[in-house]
Amino acid sequence: MTEELDLSGEVCPYTFVKTKLKMEEMAAGEELTILLDDPAATANVSRSLKSEGHEILDLKSISCGVWQIVVKKA
Amino acid sequence: MSGSFTDEQIRRYSRQIILPEVGGKGQKKLLASRVLVIGAGGLGSSAIAYLAAAGVGTLGIIDSDMVELSNLQRQIIHGGNIGLAKAKSAENFVRSLNSDVEVIAYQERFSPENARAMVRRYDFVIDGSDNFPTHYLINDACVLEKKPCSHGSILRYEGYTTTSLPQKGPCYRCIFKKSPPPGLIPSCQEAGVFGVLPGIIGTIQAAEALKFILETGQTLSGRLLCFNALDMTFFEASAGKRSDCSICGEQPEIVSIEPENYLEKSWEVCGIDRGA
Repeated sequence: MTEELDLSGEVCPYTFVKTKLKMEEMAAGEELTILLDDPAATANVSRSLKSEGHEILDLKSISCGVWQIVVKKA
Repeated sequence: MSGSFTDEQIRRYSRQIILPEVGGKGQKKLLASRVLVIGAGGLGSSAIAYLAAAGVGTLGIIDSDMVELSNLQRQIIHGGNIGLAKAKSAENFVRSLNSDVEVIAYQERFSPENARAMVRRYDFVIDGSDNFPTHYLINDACVLEKKPCSHGSILRYEGYTTTSLPQKGPCYRCIFKKSPPPGLIPSCQEAGVFGVLPGIIGTIQAAEALKFILETGQTLSGRLLCFNALDMTFFEASAGKRSDCSICGEQPEIVSIEPENYLEKSWEVCGIDRGA
């Protein structure tokens, strides 16, 4: 099952803090779709997720100014 | 959305939730934890401030003194509170810093009568006391109640700290078998204290409590950390558990808290001098 986390309007570091808290509640192998509207946060969140060992499955702009990250929990 | 944290908590604790060793799980442990700080003086000031800031859920603070002007050179949480009980003053400080923390202020002495019942209610104890009878009393109560404790003492420019983990490492009596004879060690009142010194040692004590609660890193169990602020040096002495320790050894002489073992002498000391 894929979880979703809408972080529109959030900026660093709360984007990653909220992502991390959400990931902690998930089981290994589960996927999370994250929506972000801050370009810096999009880069930072994906980098931080990778550094914690998670796998980025997808990162793309889904509309003007909105990015989507799909991550798989390690 | 984010576990059981409020948005305010996520913002307040964001810089430590981000740490891999903390995370939301660690923050929950901190919020559920109970720490007792004995003495709201110089060591207690910094320990209390950082424990409260980190979100330790329940802070017990015991001190029977009143805030005096001469305290403010180093006891930085008591500003504007001259004449107020230190326990109450510390409580006010914590409430203004972090309303997540429940403070239990005890305006009384930590004594042989209340020692065991007091430490029993907490997960970790910080010894911020300023005299040898109380250092031994805190140690003995913690050993008997199997509570972890961070000990700290300071004088002039030197500070000492170690952490005792119940049944695992050495206790304070393993390292300091007996208190020095009265008069050998001058008191802080006689000898003075560099104001930042208790800030540094008390902050280390807070770090020990936080790591113990978070179950991360290495504590000072089995190590006596000595700090000299004049030379700006840290020196570490390793210390082992003594099989002949009078309280945690194989055949302990001390099996209960007897008031006559902790009599206040006419001298008050606040630390250990290496004789320098």
